[in-house]
Amino acid sequence: MSAEAGSRDFEALEAAFREALIAAGVVRDDEVAERVELIYSRTPALGARVVARAWFDPAFKARLLADGSAAVRELGIEVGTLKLVVVANEERAHNLVVCTLCSCYPRMLLGLPPDWYKSIAYRSRAVREPRAVLAEFGVSLPPDVAVRVHDSTADMRYLVLPLRPKGTEHLDEAACAALVTRDAMIGVAIPAAPTSASSAP
Amino acid sequence: MSTAAHARFVPGDRVRVAQREVTGHVRTPGYIRGKRGVVERICGAFRNPEQLAYGVWDGPVVPLYRIRFAQADVWPAAESALDTLDVEIYEHWLERDDA
Repeated sequence: MSAEAGSRDFEALEAAFREALIAAGVVRDDEVAERVELIYSRTPALGARVVARAWFDPAFKARLLADGSAAVRELGIEVGTLKLVVVANEERAHNLVVCTLCSCYPRMLLGLPPDWYKSIAYRSRAVREPRAVLAEFGVSLPPDVAVRVHDSTADMRYLVLPLRPKGTEHLDEAACAALVTRDAMIGVAIPAAPTSASSAP
Repeated sequence: MSTAAHARFVPGDRVRVAQREVTGHVRTPGYIRGKRGVVERICGAFRNPEQLAYGVWDGPVVPLYRIRFAQADVWPAAESALDTLDVEIYEHWLERDDA
C-alpha cells in the first residue's frame, strides 16, 4: 500500500469518526472548524518571536527558562494547556528535540510538525546517534560541545532557544526573529546572520 | 495539574527506571527501561496515561519527572561521553538508585 493510499484510508476514517461524534452531539461542526483554523493559524513565526524576545531581554529569558508557558503568555500568545519547556543552547551545549513514542511537538508555537519529525528514522535515530543525525541536517558540532537530546515522552513540549548568531548586533528584534527557523527551534539547524549586501564589510 | 508536593524524588536524586515488561499504552519507552539517571526537574503531577488510555479519567495524579541520562549509560556505542538524553518518566516507573 502506498503512503498516499494509506493517507486516504485515514482521511475516510477521520471523516466517519467526526460525523459520528457530531451526530452523537459530542462536538459541533463549527467547533471542529474553529479548531482546524486555530491549528493552521499557528506558524513558526510565533516561536521565532519568543526566541528573539529572549535574545533582547535577559529577564524575559530567565522567566522563559523557568516557566515557558507563563512567559509565552506574557507576549499575548495563548497556548491553551501547553506545558512548555524551553531549553537554551550554550557555547558548549546544543539541544535537540524528538518524540520517540509518537510526534509530540509544540504546535501552539510552531504549527504542524514537518513530516521528517514524524518519521521512524528520525524518531529512532535522534536519541541514539544525535550527532550523525545533526550532520545529515548540515550541523557539525565540535567534540567539546555536548548534545542534549530531549525525548517528549509525556506532558511537556519542548522548544530550543538557539544562540543569537554573531554579526546580528546591528539588527532589531523583528529582524532577528526573521532569522529563527522552525528547524532551529527543533534543534536540527543553527540560525545564521544574514548575508545581504547591507551586512557585508 | 496539581502540586508536586508529594513527589518522592527531588532534583539531583539518582534513580533507575523499572525494568518492567508491560503491554498496552505506556509512555516509558522500552529503550530507557532499566537505565540509571538523575532527576533533572519535577514537571508537576498529571493523571496517569496508562489509565487515561483506557477511559479512567478520575484516577490519581502521578508526579512526572525529567530524568537526565548519560548517552553512554544508555547506548553501548554512544557517540560522545559528553552527550545526555532527557526523558519524561512518571514516578511509578522510578526506583531509588543506591548503587
